[in-house]
Amino acid sequence: MRTYVLRRLLQVIPLLLGISIFTFLLLQLAPGDFLNTMAENPTVSAERLEAMRHSFGLDKPWYIQYGLYLKNLFLHFDFGESFARHQKVTAILREGVLNTLLLAAAAALVTWGLAIPLGVWAAVRQYSWVDKGLAVFGVVGLSVPEVLSGLLLLMLAASTGWFPVGGMRSIDYDQLDMAGKALDLLRHMALPALVVGLTPLAGRMRQMRGNLLDVLRLDYVTTARAKGLSEGVVVFKHALRNAINPLITLFGYTLGALVSGSLVVEIIFSWPGLGRITFDAILTQDQYLVLGAVMMASFVLVLGNLVADLLLAVADPRIAYD
Amino acid sequence: MTDSARRPGPNGPEAEEQAALPPQSPWRLFWRQFRRSHLAIAGGGLLAAFYAVALFAPFLAPYSQESMDRARFFHPPHRLHWIDARGRFHPIPFIHPTRLAAGSNMRFEEDRSRVVPIQLFVRGASYRLFGVLRGDRHLFGVEAPYRVFLMGADPQGRDVFSRLLYGSQVSLTVGLLGLAISFTIGLLLGGISGYFGGWVDTVIMRWTELLLSIPGLYLIIALRGIFPTTLPSQQVYLAIVVILAFIGWAGLARIIRGMVLSIRRQEYVAAAEALGMSRLRIIARHILPNTLSFVIVAATISIPGYILGEIVLSFLGMGVQEPAASWGNMLNQARTPRALESLPWLLFAPGTAIFLTVMAFNFLGDGLRDALDPRKVLGGKTG
Repeated sequence: MRTYVLRRLLQVIPLLLGISIFTFLLLQLAPGDFLNTMAENPTVSAERLEAMRHSFGLDKPWYIQYGLYLKNLFLHFDFGESFARHQKVTAILREGVLNTLLLAAAAALVTWGLAIPLGVWAAVRQYSWVDKGLAVFGVVGLSVPEVLSGLLLLMLAASTGWFPVGGMRSIDYDQLDMAGKALDLLRHMALPALVVGLTPLAGRMRQMRGNLLDVLRLDYVTTARAKGLSEGVVVFKHALRNAINPLITLFGYTLGALVSGSLVVEIIFSWPGLGRITFDAILTQDQYLVLGAVMMASFVLVLGNLVADLLLAVADPRIAYD
Repeated sequence: MTDSARRPGPNGPEAEEQAALPPQSPWRLFWRQFRRSHLAIAGGGLLAAFYAVALFAPFLAPYSQESMDRARFFHPPHRLHWIDARGRFHPIPFIHPTRLAAGSNMRFEEDRSRVVPIQLFVRGASYRLFGVLRGDRHLFGVEAPYRVFLMGADPQGRDVFSRLLYGSQVSLTVGLLGLAISFTIGLLLGGISGYFGGWVDTVIMRWTELLLSIPGLYLIIALRGIFPTTLPSQQVYLAIVVILAFIGWAGLARIIRGMVLSIRRQEYVAAAEALGMSRLRIIARHILPNTLSFVIVAATISIPGYILGEIVLSFLGMGVQEPAASWGNMLNQARTPRALESLPWLLFAPGTAIFLTVMAFNFLGDGLRDALDPRKVLGGKTG
């Protein structure tokens, strides 16, 4: 198991290297560079521009730029500096990744906290109005993309004032005590987390229902019923454990989808996460920030897949990695 | 699927049902199964209507997508009336002209004393249907100084309904084009990868892994960065097609590769080889038809994703640029605080259109999947 994890982790390195080359080439293909926007500013002189071009290394061919980038990355774990923010890329990304993961965790809580009980409910009341109602909800839910649900909830926030319209903290955040800070953060996080979490909910709910129905048809469940166990014990103690297994795997795989899905939501709700940083950086052609952000997002996705594979091994003793 | 038509004579309880019916082509079998799914039929019908509307948008829309009304920014949707103040019934509905409510912040009130009838086939801005047919008649409209806003006006005083129709021309087609290219690449590379194996396989598979490791939207906006920020609208359209085509093929190529690998080992392929069929013919007649039903279903289910790709790009301001309309950049107008508080039609008009489109494709995809499930079709069993 340990060697398997180690091997998978080592495989991430060439992958990230490939992604960095790919992204770097994309940025080189883009017309102009960060200094183009500076050039339109009349207060910046031509000499100053030339000096900046030189100090950023933008006057060198791309392979030398990329070589320097790799050198700094491997020797000093230095992801370079953001042109626009004059800050280390690592410092910007650390905060962004934490915010995105916070949002993703809250969203996962929404998805799984709702999907499992609702799926079980639909399964034990198969063909009842509950089941049918949840099926309709699922169909509708699958057809509302994040852009729409995000804007709808934003509209709700704007017209009722129950929730803040975007952002992560209130202006008076620093004056609040611990509980106040937590509550403030929760209030800001509620709507974006709901949007990101609701999108995969319908699918997960249907899977939970299907899994449980499959398991409930197995012989050992009939045996349990024949022994005279109550229906609650049969469902929750015997059937549910086996029915939940496939969903555990999905948990890791959805991490990538959560990161990708939160990009739009972060922009709609001005949530200062990785997606927003990437979007701004691409608009300003902030080369090293884009590179770092894309690599970081991919890293989260790949890590999620690895976690999914490991969870599967933990949950299902029939699977062994060596 | 092709083999099902040449099934040997009746041999089983299900075959009796088949024997009673005239000889069935695979498509007839498919259709027999498909039409049982009412939701899929409804979805398909709705989509057919949407695409027809997109095709005839210049005629159906009362105004052009750019034409602004400087006196009526933020105008709410007109209410259609059938009965006027004197109690007379109008078979074709009419609107009351509106004027700015005194001293208010862009609030309109109806002038109940006057009636502006909606007319059919009115003369308006000239257009070219399908890019060739010149015309200036519009399905409906009102007399010149007045305007009818079925779905309200946007912050520039443009008719949201007209923009929705023109926008559908972009939003409903760009995804389809992207998907067509993407699936062609995916089929081709997946087939090559599975068929040739070796280093070709390795290179293609590493490449797909790389693309699949970058979260989708990050890749989309990074790819958008290659193209200049401001482009003429036709070129933006092409750029979006290229971006969308580049995204989706990797996942498909991996699945097709797997399918080709397993189909190649099937006995009937070995039989065909033994009979001396050429390799190209084997691929065309025996390997690819077996992936076809999967590809059709996968394509239908993927369409919403491609359409949403354009919508998200335009929503972020990286796609179709004003004044050209797309459902995505219409949503962008709904983002301002003012729109969120008091102009709900800016969100609901494109939002409903997007929702219905995505749902219709989902229904259609589900129906196709059930109808094309090869086990069901081969067994001749329906239900």
